[in-house]
Amino acid sequence: MTVLRTSWGLSLRFRPRALGVGAGAAVLAAGFGLVALGSGDYPMGPADVLRTLTGGGTVAEQFIVLELRLPRLVTALLVGAALALAGTVFQSLVRNPLGSPDILGFTQGASTGALVVVVLGGSSLALAGAAVVGGLGTGLVIYALAWRRGVHGYRLILVGIGVAAILTGVNGYLLTRAPLMEAARAVLWLTGSLDGRGWANAGPLLVVLVVLAPLVLVGCAPALRMMELGDDAASALGVPVRRLRLVLLAAAVLLVSFAAAAAGPVSFVALVAPHVAKRLTRAPGPNLLPSMAVGAALLVGADLVAQRAFAGHQLPVGVVTGVIGGGYLVWLLAMERRAGRL
Amino acid sequence: MRPGESRLGGTALTLAYDQRTIAENLTVAVPDRSFTVIIGPNACGKSTLLRALSRMLRPSAGAVLLDGRDIHDLPARKVARTLGLLPQSSIAPDGISVAELVARGRYPHQGLLRQWSREDERVVEESMAATGVDDLADRAVDELSGGQRQRVWIAMALAQQTPLLLLDEPTTYLDIAHQIEILDLCARLHEEQGRTLVAVLHDLNHAARYATHLIAMRDGRVVAAGEPASVVTADLVAEVFGLPCRVIDDPETGTPLVVPAARRRATTLAPEPA
Repeated sequence: MTVLRTSWGLSLRFRPRALGVGAGAAVLAAGFGLVALGSGDYPMGPADVLRTLTGGGTVAEQFIVLELRLPRLVTALLVGAALALAGTVFQSLVRNPLGSPDILGFTQGASTGALVVVVLGGSSLALAGAAVVGGLGTGLVIYALAWRRGVHGYRLILVGIGVAAILTGVNGYLLTRAPLMEAARAVLWLTGSLDGRGWANAGPLLVVLVVLAPLVLVGCAPALRMMELGDDAASALGVPVRRLRLVLLAAAVLLVSFAAAAAGPVSFVALVAPHVAKRLTRAPGPNLLPSMAVGAALLVGADLVAQRAFAGHQLPVGVVTGVIGGGYLVWLLAMERRAGRL
Repeated sequence: MRPGESRLGGTALTLAYDQRTIAENLTVAVPDRSFTVIIGPNACGKSTLLRALSRMLRPSAGAVLLDGRDIHDLPARKVARTLGLLPQSSIAPDGISVAELVARGRYPHQGLLRQWSREDERVVEESMAATGVDDLADRAVDELSGGQRQRVWIAMALAQQTPLLLLDEPTTYLDIAHQIEILDLCARLHEEQGRTLVAVLHDLNHAARYATHLIAMRDGRVVAAGEPASVVTADLVAEVFGLPCRVIDDPETGTPLVVPAARRRATTLAPEPA
């Protein structure tokens, strides 16, 4: 812990290591981004990419970088950061390292909304909107079902798992009702993909993140840290436990829903990014900012692999995050068992 | 405030969880600067009363008053600067150090631009010294023994710097030596720092020895309240706990000491032979 103080009573406290992890992950994400912007069918060097980004370059380069590759990169950064932030909040609120939106049903809800549009036939804008509605609706249902003098960790997890199972069944049914071509498009969406994402995809998520990230990071983080001591201890320290939990759940569900609307339900980023950040910062408590940077770097890196690992063949990014995330989860469980904690 | 006055109390409280009523028309007062101990059999409502007094349970009728105002009309943070609580069970986050945990007690005094003042630093150091955990400051809380850990949680509550401190069964899960250690610590905080303490305790003899004011409860009612010497009698113990006993003077302190009656032979209900 490092403390900065001024003579007129201002005092700020921070962990240099956590700041370092956040900055390191941000630099990594920027590096991945630079490579992603410069590679592909029309390769460019980093210098050319930077020149184009700052307004130089040829018309063709401008089009390729600013119109084709940059929106995809920005979408990846935003989706990664939003999922990581939501995942960290969920894990901290339910006090369970597996409490991610993939497991609690919110992601499945967003998918249900999107699939309804696929079956009925609709534009990709309608699909994104339906994903948001599906995610938020699922959030409301889970909150109502888990409510009993407030919403507590285990109830939320169990209700969430139940709702997730129901929605997975519903989603399977919807897929069988979709026309063949539409079903193929739906499966691609369900995997989570950044293919062909434009500014229209990044825009709404950017707005949501700009509003909610300060609310969570500045407004709620200190109280969230107190909530880790248990509801009773937090409440004794003056945290309005119920209201805070409601605000944070709403914020996390919004983030997940808009992230799903932008890129589909990309798996495991929300689960893995908080764990990676925690391990790197070695700090107790929710590492919100480092998690966001890790999530952004993870998704940009995974998308780079998805685009470029197999020449001439693009993978949906969800395949890559699934493989990385699943692998990490297995490793985590093995480590926990070795440490005697599981 | 005059001594003998009360800063915290409840009038005509009805306490209930969902539809289950625990207590009705309950009135209690915590004498200022007392070490008040609430005793009673399991499920008599003593922990529920403590939750109500600490603003965690909203009474379905009646009001808990803190300095003359309904505690639910006061902002949570303001209450947290006047009244602290050591809950029955708290969770130490993975890998947190003693100093960091104690520092969290400063939360109600901090703000966005006042995250760690010199005052915070000083109070945390004093709290660790007062509870004898200063030499453990950099140790991880997970590695400590039960007694040490409880002292760390008390240090956190002290760092909150509240004139009133409520403790919910602070000695449960501890062995006898650590129980006494924690109660000695509480008595010292009460005497030396002038704090008002309210504790729920299970052990009658501990209660009689350490309390300056006893509240005996049964079935959601206050059966007796007052100085231990006047409250702890054989009749009262029989009434509250259903336990036949003798009450003698504690040879160490002169406070009442409850000695349960010996097991009778044959049927337990048979009258004692003369």
